[in-house]
Amino acid sequence: MDHFSLWLAAFLTLGIVSFLYKDNAWYKISEAIFVGISAGYWVVSLFWDNFYAKFWKGVFPEDQLNEAGEVIQAAQPDYWLFIGGALGLLMLLRLVPKIGWMSRWSLAFIVGATSGLWLMNYLSSNVLVQIQGTIVPLFSSAFGTGFDATWETAVQNIVILVGTFTGLVYFYFSKEHKGAFGRTARVGIFFLMITFGASFGYTVMSRMSLLIGRIDFLLHDWLGMIE
Amino acid sequence: MRREVPLIITGIVGLGFVVQYFIPHFPFSKMNDWFTDWFSIVQACAIVLGALNLLKVSLEKVAAQKKDWGYAAVIIASFLLITIVGLVEGEGFRTPGTTFDWLYVNVYIPLSATMFSILAFFVASASYRAFRARNLEATLLLIAAFFVMIGRVPVGEMISGFMPEGWRLGNLASWIMNVPQAAGQRAIMIGIGLGIVATSLRIILGIERAHIGGGE
Amino acid sequence: MSTRAKEIIAIASITVFALIFYIRKVTGGLPFEFPMAVTYGVIGLLALSLLWILILTIQGKLIERRVVFVYVAFAVGLPLFMPISQKMTISPEVQQLYDAVLEQKPGSRVLISFDYDPPSAPELQPMAESFIRLCFERDLQVIIMGLWPQGPQQANLALQKVLEEEAIAAKNLQYGVDYVNLGFQSGNEFVIQGMGDSFKKKFPTDYQGRPYDDIPMLSNVKNFYNIDYCFNLSSGFPGSVEWVQVAVDRYGQDMGAGNTAVQAPTMYAYLNANQLNGLLGGMNGAAEFEILCDYEGKGRKYMVSQSFSHVVVIAFVLIGNVAFFMSGRKSALNGEKEQA
Repeated sequence: MDHFSLWLAAFLTLGIVSFLYKDNAWYKISEAIFVGISAGYWVVSLFWDNFYAKFWKGVFPEDQLNEAGEVIQAAQPDYWLFIGGALGLLMLLRLVPKIGWMSRWSLAFIVGATSGLWLMNYLSSNVLVQIQGTIVPLFSSAFGTGFDATWETAVQNIVILVGTFTGLVYFYFSKEHKGAFGRTARVGIFFLMITFGASFGYTVMSRMSLLIGRIDFLLHDWLGMIE
Repeated sequence: MRREVPLIITGIVGLGFVVQYFIPHFPFSKMNDWFTDWFSIVQACAIVLGALNLLKVSLEKVAAQKKDWGYAAVIIASFLLITIVGLVEGEGFRTPGTTFDWLYVNVYIPLSATMFSILAFFVASASYRAFRARNLEATLLLIAAFFVMIGRVPVGEMISGFMPEGWRLGNLASWIMNVPQAAGQRAIMIGIGLGIVATSLRIILGIERAHIGGGE
Repeated sequence: MSTRAKEIIAIASITVFALIFYIRKVTGGLPFEFPMAVTYGVIGLLALSLLWILILTIQGKLIERRVVFVYVAFAVGLPLFMPISQKMTISPEVQQLYDAVLEQKPGSRVLISFDYDPPSAPELQPMAESFIRLCFERDLQVIIMGLWPQGPQQANLALQKVLEEEAIAAKNLQYGVDYVNLGFQSGNEFVIQGMGDSFKKKFPTDYQGRPYDDIPMLSNVKNFYNIDYCFNLSSGFPGSVEWVQVAVDRYGQDMGAGNTAVQAPTMYAYLNANQLNGLLGGMNGAAEFEILCDYEGKGRKYMVSQSFSHVVVIAFVLIGNVAFFMSGRKSALNGEKEQA
């Protein structure tokens, strides 16, 4: 990094940090630059990576050449991409009030694709495989090996089974949480509180790591005060 | 037409992806390729809508000279700067040495990283002012957070170094993460998974119509 | 003096301070390091001041939030000057990932997906560097890709750093033969799905525009069935969750993950269900992996600051709660006195 770049980066970093003292013009300018640059970054990124790379290069491809300049693969236009282009254009029609309703077709495509994909992926990975991972031998190291688990594995498997089951019972709101059902749900809450506490601990760790990174930039890259 | 065509599109596309899960061969593999590319193209056009909205709101503020209109002008200027630079630079806009890359490394990264990192200060302040063990649940949460935070850093090893191997704070933190925490996460995951499955089915079957501007 | 004047003086002082140290750095000034006596002195002062805050809080005088901010800044910044090294316990999931890499025979193909951006680099970049180094030391072939636009750029930074090291440079690794960067591809989990069928369809060229068929190490790589191990570095969507859902559960890929600490707790459910073969969570995961790889990287360097910051946060939580309980007892005692 050259001198101007370093000082600019440090100026913008300290501008954001100045918010900790109080809301001020330096922070507001830095924030406004951040909003503008972020929006512009994504527009440029998606234009070249999505629109140009997928649509333009797909409809008007070039021959693929090796290092010697010989054609490895001849250009093969994919005209089905015009449907994608049309859907993209329909999305932009949202800006025209009279025919803005046509953008719903593009939205419908996005929502349909995501729904179809997520239905199977989440059912498989987040439901079925997770249930399979819970129904494990409690006192054996594997199915059919007898009572050969160590006490740590046995305790672990029992706790996971109890925790998963009671947690799911807590999330069942179609029945009132009373009596035995209510007591089971309460045990579930305890497990969920441990989960949230662990998540809080890790969140603190993550935020501190990011802060350490920025302070390292200020003290090492900018001011050269530390190794 | 306005409501029926989107519902048909949602149903066909959704069903196509479900069938593709079980039959990943032609013609469904080809359909997967098409839909993936169309999805990317629509995504690119959607971001244009968002950017135009941002510009519209900022321009209105500048034109009407509302309060803090100067900052709106800064938003417009920085947006136009990076967009024009990025579009002019062509396909290799990310290559180190380009003006876009310079803006990315020296403006975007410091701002973005610092925005997230100041949350560390607010987490500490909130912990001091608001985090109270008012009941059993909150106490459990605090205790779990305490053991995970202390056990995951070298200080935990330092404090409990006298304990036998396998019984130190680091081991306790590992056990909390791998056993009760994993159980709670699994319960949440299964619950969310079932919710996603139900909602996706409703969308594909046309029962859920919020995305096309209507109720059931 | 008015507040405005004080603010201007403060900004001017910071600017002068920064200029002095910057000029010192540019003219070859060495970095600072606290002597051990100063280190212990600083730790003692921090502990005493926390005790003082406890006393104030018990007396009902909650300290201003800006004081808390100063403590956090000191807890993160001052340890970077301290010459302290600390021992760490290696978590079983980190050991599992290390063992999974060691099980790969020389010549095995490892796919690394860089799904993060620079703000997450303090946590994930040390993991990336250690992992790539370990792969090169074990003579594994490395295929790099990204589902985030900035991912392959982060990969290049990690590659550059690792390839410059003496031990790795001596191996004379060749691009396209020992490692390759396929670059970024948009489409999120649809890309992973497409890779299950054909890598070439999703990545017709590499990061530099070189055709897939022109890259020697990819001549026998059609899809996931030709990959021996996957490692995903992620900080959000798309990331490890999508990789598990598609690459692991659909295509049976053996996979480990490196996640930011915010995302890591979610991944333990996948780890327990054997959908993941190893997990590095946050900066401590990076530090533990560096210890296993016998490498002094930024992960280990930052752990001292991490320790101090955690202690400060825990101290503030405890102080707040001690004061809360004591004020509760006081109210209860006052209530009993009034009744009597």
